[in-house]
Amino acid sequence: MSLTENELASIRENPYRADFPLLAGNPGLVYLDSAATSQRPRSVLDAALRFYETMNANALRGLYRLSVEATAATEEARSRIARFIGAADPAEIIFTRNASESLNLAARSLGRLLLGQGDEVVISIMEHHSNLIPWQQICAERGATLSYLYLDEDYRISEDELAKISPRAKIVSVTQVSNVLGVANDIAAIAARAHEAGAVCVVDGAQSVPHIATDVEKLGCDFLAFSGHKMLAPMGIGVLWGTRALLEAMPPFLTGGEMIDSVSEQGAVWAPLPAKFEAGTQNGGGIVALDEAIAYLEGIGMAVVERREALLARALADALSALPFIDIVGPAEGERHIGSVAFNVRGVHPHDVASLLDMHTVCIRAGHHCAEPLLKHLGQNSTCRASVALYNDASDIDRLVDGLENVWRVFNG
Amino acid sequence: MAELDLYNAQFMDHVHNPDYKYQMEDATCSHEGINPSCGDELTFSIRLADSGTIEEAAFTGRGCAISQASADIMSDLVIDKTPEEAVGLCRLFMGMVRGEITDADELERLDEAVLLRDISHMPARVKCAELAWRTLEEMLEKRCPDTASAEVGRHG
Ligand SMILES: Cc1ncc(COP(=O)(O)O)c(C=O)c1O
Repeated sequence: MSLTENELASIRENPYRADFPLLAGNPGLVYLDSAATSQRPRSVLDAALRFYETMNANALRGLYRLSVEATAATEEARSRIARFIGAADPAEIIFTRNASESLNLAARSLGRLLLGQGDEVVISIMEHHSNLIPWQQICAERGATLSYLYLDEDYRISEDELAKISPRAKIVSVTQVSNVLGVANDIAAIAARAHEAGAVCVVDGAQSVPHIATDVEKLGCDFLAFSGHKMLAPMGIGVLWGTRALLEAMPPFLTGGEMIDSVSEQGAVWAPLPAKFEAGTQNGGGIVALDEAIAYLEGIGMAVVERREALLARALADALSALPFIDIVGPAEGERHIGSVAFNVRGVHPHDVASLLDMHTVCIRAGHHCAEPLLKHLGQNSTCRASVALYNDASDIDRLVDGLENVWRVFNG
Repeated sequence: MAELDLYNAQFMDHVHNPDYKYQMEDATCSHEGINPSCGDELTFSIRLADSGTIEEAAFTGRGCAISQASADIMSDLVIDKTPEEAVGLCRLFMGMVRGEITDADELERLDEAVLLRDISHMPARVKCAELAWRTLEEMLEKRCPDTASAEVGRHG
């Protein structure tokens, strides 16, 4: 459905861009690659700096005031993150480097807890390599099989497909939003089906948590992984949320300092949650900056963020659909897209499209988007992908369209 | 911006009307090169004359405009060259697109391939531009085995 006058007017306005130094400092820059990494507002960058300027000390280790402050800031961040995703208990929030590490933690530790010979792990064909290779690895190690949920012609995982989850399945791990197609999966239905089969449900929230209000209670999943750098925070800070019961039962992932209660020559007793999964010195600056990024999003309101990004995604899909030489890879309806729209310019390799757009300072992604099995399933080698965030506006989409018309002219005279 | 010149009419002519993109019938040797990150694939063939020079060069395959134009331009350049001369040109070209060789007099030997010099400002596209040249270099250095395949980088 095309946008109404009012909707269009709201995405012509942009009260956010000025908050983002990289965008504010490059007025001509059209950044349509937030699915790869988002930009960061000044307040978030300041928060990281402030940590090192005012409370730099190793959290947990020191008995002096600075260290106590660093520890308190870390725990405040943990509480805010828990609230932000609807988790009851901050101790269920584990800090990692990124979604990839969170998913590796889940695969390694859950795999060692749950998987035996002949068991099954079920993922979907639309997974990012980070929610795919860790499962390949642990399945190979435990003698388990990795099986896939495929998409119907509407890019959905159908009821019939979900019915394939057998009692042999011990873990079902799916993405909430595809980083290529931009479509969302019905996590509540998948989690319910996984639990019915006796399996644990892991969710890759890398492309959903930044863009839509998240409530793990409503999703009904057991784990949720996401990255700070896709949600306005710096690179190098990520989160794994898991239910207390499972986290307590799981063996640790990384081991060493900070994650123990006591150590003897031949053994160790693990610290309680969350420390058990946080070996070594944590990314203090990243943690407080993620806290600030969530404060920034909450200041605007996730409902407002969600609505604006939905309008931008619809405007983007509409604009691409209106170009006769563009094929959208994924559903044509803008309503189906969260953040990303994948497409091809007919007869032009995506890398040529991206290079030509770059000459007009329009940034998009081109390639297999770390989802090779999905592209193969779709019969594609690679695609272009444009993705939006709250700091985009209608002029970015206009500039993309101009750039794509230029690409077409270069290749077709 | 210098890169703006890259996709010019002369370059696009190699993309749309390649002279050397066809299946060679009686090749002395053929070699396949792939660029997994882009899905570019190219099979390059040559026929050597009795004198030892390359008398025919041709390629088949698919890929982005840069890999295709680069293969067509290279084919034209290496005809009538000895294998040793061709290997030298491959190295010179790769030095140019990686920004390691910038001397204009030296690059003159690349003739029309100098069109691709601005690739040195586009690091993500170096592998595309190099594909044909690396495939030919590998083929000639291994004295024409036709089984192995060249892979230009595995990074996605
Ligand atoms: C769906 C999805 N999962 C996982 C990841 C991995 O995120 P990161 O690179 O931050 O670990 C990404 C990001 O590229 C993604 O889009």
